[in-house]
Amino acid sequence: MAKLIWLCLNFVILCSTVGAVFEDQVGKFDWRQQYVGKVLFSNFDAQSQSSKKVIVATENNVFASLNIRTGELFWRHVDAIGPEGKIDALLHHGQDALLVVGDGRLLRSWEINIGGLNWEIVLDSGSFQSACLIGQQDIVKHVAVLKKTAISLHYLSNGHQKWIENLPESETVDYQSVYSGGNGEVYVLGIVPHSHIAIVVYSLDDGEIIRQFSVEAPWLSNIQASCAVIGEGMLTCADSATVSLYMLDLESQTEMSQIPLQSLGLEVTPGFQPVLRSTQPNAARPPLSEFFLQVGPEQHLLLQLNDGQIVTLRDFNPALLVSFATTGEKTIAAVMSPKNTTACSVNLFSAETGRRLLDTTLIFPLDPNGGKPEELYVQAFLKKDDSVGYRIMVQTEDHTLTFIQQPGRVMWTREEALSDVVTMEMVDLPLTGTQAELEGEFGKKADGLFSMVLKRLSSQLILLQAWISHLWKLFYDARKPRSQVKNEVTIENLSRDEFNLQKMMVMVTASGKLFGIDSKTGTIVWRHYLDNIPANAAFKLMVQRTTAHFPHPPQCTLLIKDKDTGLATLHVFNPIFGKKSHVTPPAMPQPILQSLMLPVMDQDYAKVLLLVDDQYKVSAFPSTKNVLQQLQEIASTIFFYLVDSSQGRLSGYRLRTDLSTELIWEVVVPTEVQKIVSVKGKRPNEHVHSQGRVMGDRSVLYKYLNPNLLAVVTESTDTHPERSFMGILLIDGVTGRIIHEAVQRKAKGPVHIVHSENWVVYEYWSTKSRRNEFSVIELYEGTELYNSTVFSSLDRPHAPQVLQQSYIFPSSISTMEATLTEKGITSRHLLIGLPSGGILSLPKMFLDPRRPEIVTEQSREENLIPYAPELLIRSEWFINYNQTVTRVRGIYTAPSGLESTCLVVAYGLDIYQTRVYPSKQFDVLKDDYDYMLISSVLLALFFATMISKRLAEVKLLNRAWR
Amino acid sequence: MALPLTFNIALFYTLFVVLFTDVVFCNNGRRVGDVMDTEFGGFSVPLEHSFEVDDVAQFRVRGALVLKAGREPSVALTQNQLSEEDRAKLKEVAAVDGLYRIRVPRVLLQADRQTERQLEGYLTAFVRACAMVESHLSDVISLHTDVSGYLIGVSIVTLPGACRGTEVEDEVDLEVFNTTLSVMGPVNAPGPETALFLERMEMETEKKGKNPQEQKSFFAKYWYLILGGAIFLVVSSAAQPPAGGGSEQS
Repeated sequence: MAKLIWLCLNFVILCSTVGAVFEDQVGKFDWRQQYVGKVLFSNFDAQSQSSKKVIVATENNVFASLNIRTGELFWRHVDAIGPEGKIDALLHHGQDALLVVGDGRLLRSWEINIGGLNWEIVLDSGSFQSACLIGQQDIVKHVAVLKKTAISLHYLSNGHQKWIENLPESETVDYQSVYSGGNGEVYVLGIVPHSHIAIVVYSLDDGEIIRQFSVEAPWLSNIQASCAVIGEGMLTCADSATVSLYMLDLESQTEMSQIPLQSLGLEVTPGFQPVLRSTQPNAARPPLSEFFLQVGPEQHLLLQLNDGQIVTLRDFNPALLVSFATTGEKTIAAVMSPKNTTACSVNLFSAETGRRLLDTTLIFPLDPNGGKPEELYVQAFLKKDDSVGYRIMVQTEDHTLTFIQQPGRVMWTREEALSDVVTMEMVDLPLTGTQAELEGEFGKKADGLFSMVLKRLSSQLILLQAWISHLWKLFYDARKPRSQVKNEVTIENLSRDEFNLQKMMVMVTASGKLFGIDSKTGTIVWRHYLDNIPANAAFKLMVQRTTAHFPHPPQCTLLIKDKDTGLATLHVFNPIFGKKSHVTPPAMPQPILQSLMLPVMDQDYAKVLLLVDDQYKVSAFPSTKNVLQQLQEIASTIFFYLVDSSQGRLSGYRLRTDLSTELIWEVVVPTEVQKIVSVKGKRPNEHVHSQGRVMGDRSVLYKYLNPNLLAVVTESTDTHPERSFMGILLIDGVTGRIIHEAVQRKAKGPVHIVHSENWVVYEYWSTKSRRNEFSVIELYEGTELYNSTVFSSLDRPHAPQVLQQSYIFPSSISTMEATLTEKGITSRHLLIGLPSGGILSLPKMFLDPRRPEIVTEQSREENLIPYAPELLIRSEWFINYNQTVTRVRGIYTAPSGLESTCLVVAYGLDIYQTRVYPSKQFDVLKDDYDYMLISSVLLALFFATMISKRLAEVKLLNRAWR
Repeated sequence: MALPLTFNIALFYTLFVVLFTDVVFCNNGRRVGDVMDTEFGGFSVPLEHSFEVDDVAQFRVRGALVLKAGREPSVALTQNQLSEEDRAKLKEVAAVDGLYRIRVPRVLLQADRQTERQLEGYLTAFVRACAMVESHLSDVISLHTDVSGYLIGVSIVTLPGACRGTEVEDEVDLEVFNTTLSVMGPVNAPGPETALFLERMEMETEKKGKNPQEQKSFFAKYWYLILGGAIFLVVSSAAQPPAGGGSEQS
């Protein structure tokens, strides 16, 4: 019987939480964007004229192919995170792309049309130095991989090793480069810094050393940075100290000849290390004798080696970027030079002569909200009339890829900065002009009856006008075929919808680029690149003023902090338009320890941001007189805490009226035993609807809802599986009182934690059972509430009841967050990002420490699920069906105007936006709701009543006559 | 201020940015009261308190905590009475809504040797002075230790905890502390309860095996209901009068 009930219960629960989408709902409320990351290597598929592929390998260990017409992904391969999956080199030959992965651990060959793996081999250990394709008699058949101590040659067709040879004197010589000119010899170039270059020549056929010699070069420290092979095996190096080029014929000479740049009539910008750039269009032939020499940040020279003499073909000054490209037998040089402040121009030059090719100018528009161009990739092709046409892909500092066709048509841009979102917020969209007009009427002070009437009339007129124009648009659009009606999202037509389901997603990326994305469609509405962001910056985004305070614009503040120095800057902007605010943020000469947003507003409805510096002085932003006065009044009720994990110290401070602070509590966790890994408070915008839970016997168990509660997670310094543990401390952030202290023995991190309402859920790795486990802590005040009107941390003498239960979870997790709704009526779900790319919506109901071991009448009354140690992953709980979110790093939840609906954004390498309905859509009529039936039934009933009334009257009359 | 004061106290927005790297000790230059071994195996550390009108902490000895190390550490407290002067001051501090702070030195409860017990620094906690006065000095102090016996935190609450502004007339009420003291170590968090669950499952299957009634088929179990239903149907159809006897109801 119990089992039957259990089954019934399960059925009920399942029915109430199934949230799968129907096939026709796919993509209706959700969208996904896939990214690759900052491009390291890129190659155009030059195999055929009509080819439309560019292959890229990125910093995020992603290897992908992009469609050059649209910028979309053809395919993408995501390798392991970190050095294990790092892409060291990309070589492209015909239909194959060769990748060296993981510091020379693997050599892979991919078929670039469909992205299939041809073969993969594991290379011998040793750190990777260089790789190149090796050809003979115009056919490229091999690839050489140079490692610290050995060189190996592999067949392109199947990856088999042809030969491997140890490098001579590899302890002293640093071999850095490998080169082949297609004559059956493989040159390995090594260096003993500030002494000599060591050159070893191997035979292609059997790996025997043909020649081995060394050349004096005391000025040289790095071959790859300052040398290049030009023409028929001429090793050319640039030296900034002597301002000269050194040349060495690898085949015959044993000494380098020095050519001072002055003798060529050239000058180098003082302090600039000249850079050589050569091109080898075909691996089976020697490189071209033309090469670029960069002599200044914006000056490049096209030089030619002609019979041992260097000839200047052309001087490009100013030139930002240069690149070679080859099509057929023609090699061209593309040069990007600044045109004006808003655009750059790109021109093609013949590599052989340095002459400018006609009609090849291309305009590259510089985005004022973007970074400077960083890298230029050129795809050249032969037109029908045998002239050279080209397209370019430009990578800018903000990791944006822009693809441009002649004469300057931007085909597409990819914002690869979005592959590394650090933090985000969702901001309500503003009201439309007309709505705002009406709102404004209420906001203003009454100024006379007559003017108010006029104002009302005028706003009604505006409304009428808007309605007519809307009707006209409907009529106009109805005549057009459906495909032509486009609903493009622009700043102008962004406005709040009825249920506030469409919001502006403000995303902050690690590169320092900010984005405003429309949450409904995923369109990037605005972007803003912040230059001079420190490399290891920490970001914190805060909404100071929402859109609710018309006519004041909404205001977001981004705190950017250098993790090393602690120095911080503020960027204040409008989250809807992305424009920098005219409000000048305060200068902060001191390192910032803590920032907190107060619910106090200044006269312009901007919330006050408090910044605590390392002298424990507090500064306010905005710091008007009004704000300072308010702060003085409430100073004694403002508390904040600081965490110093290096010393294990948590300390609480109170604000004084003169904006200095005083230390009021201290908790010290000894760092010898355990270290603090995370501190988690509650979200300030969280609402809890019900104060307690109704028990089986109709009494109420009140929740302990302390808004100041902090969950502190510690991990033991001892990592031995038997002795390691993780601790969880619940501390009141105002009084420093330790509410609860627990240790999870034989457990270790990484710990993921969610803290909300009266519960804390955390996930850890159990070293004893070797599995992931979830644990939930719930706090209750008991059956009586101490003070039901307000909560004050200073007046809650009784410690709460603590309940805890743990469960087995069958998967590791990447990130975790709880759903959030407007009023907190809807039941909560946990959104769990799994490493597999799924996002699981796990009802909180399953993580409830009151789940009974033995089912009783009361627990059944309460709808508690009987305890089962394992939490199952049901496939219908995946909210992203087949839309895998790769490497999910964070999940952001925001309430919408509908109580049932919570907006979810998962970000990692990809970005995925959707809506979840934890208690189903109880406040929304279904799509297939039968309005016809309801209204016809109503009408029929109405008429039936009328008729029967009439009949009754007749009957009464008849009876009266009788 | 439209909101009650107590609500404002709760307005504590804990927006955690970054871990900071520098820490200021609140009371440099003051020596910790000497740790003393007592005859019954424990040792004593001073419990200090401070209440100043200008809220600049000046700690004085309130009493001595006698800690007893061991598997289950226990604690006892011997404390002095408040002097006349202190009582007046406490009431004064309460009048300006000042703080009553306490602190204990960081110690290790488990170590055998005295030298190992003492660590640098203090643990502090506070309560509103008015709460202390209105509760007639009845406070609850708990000391929290971590897994290895280090004291990590101290907390103080008064009973009752509220400040209602009631005058404490009788000076005698503020003479003697009425302290409840406890030492709390961390609780062991439970792991997943697999053993009990399996036991329950086993018991259920066993019960099923033992009780052959449970394994009866649907018809075998509910034959009487089905039979009853069938009889009812037959009877009701038989009892129905022949068609056409529709009663006129108007």
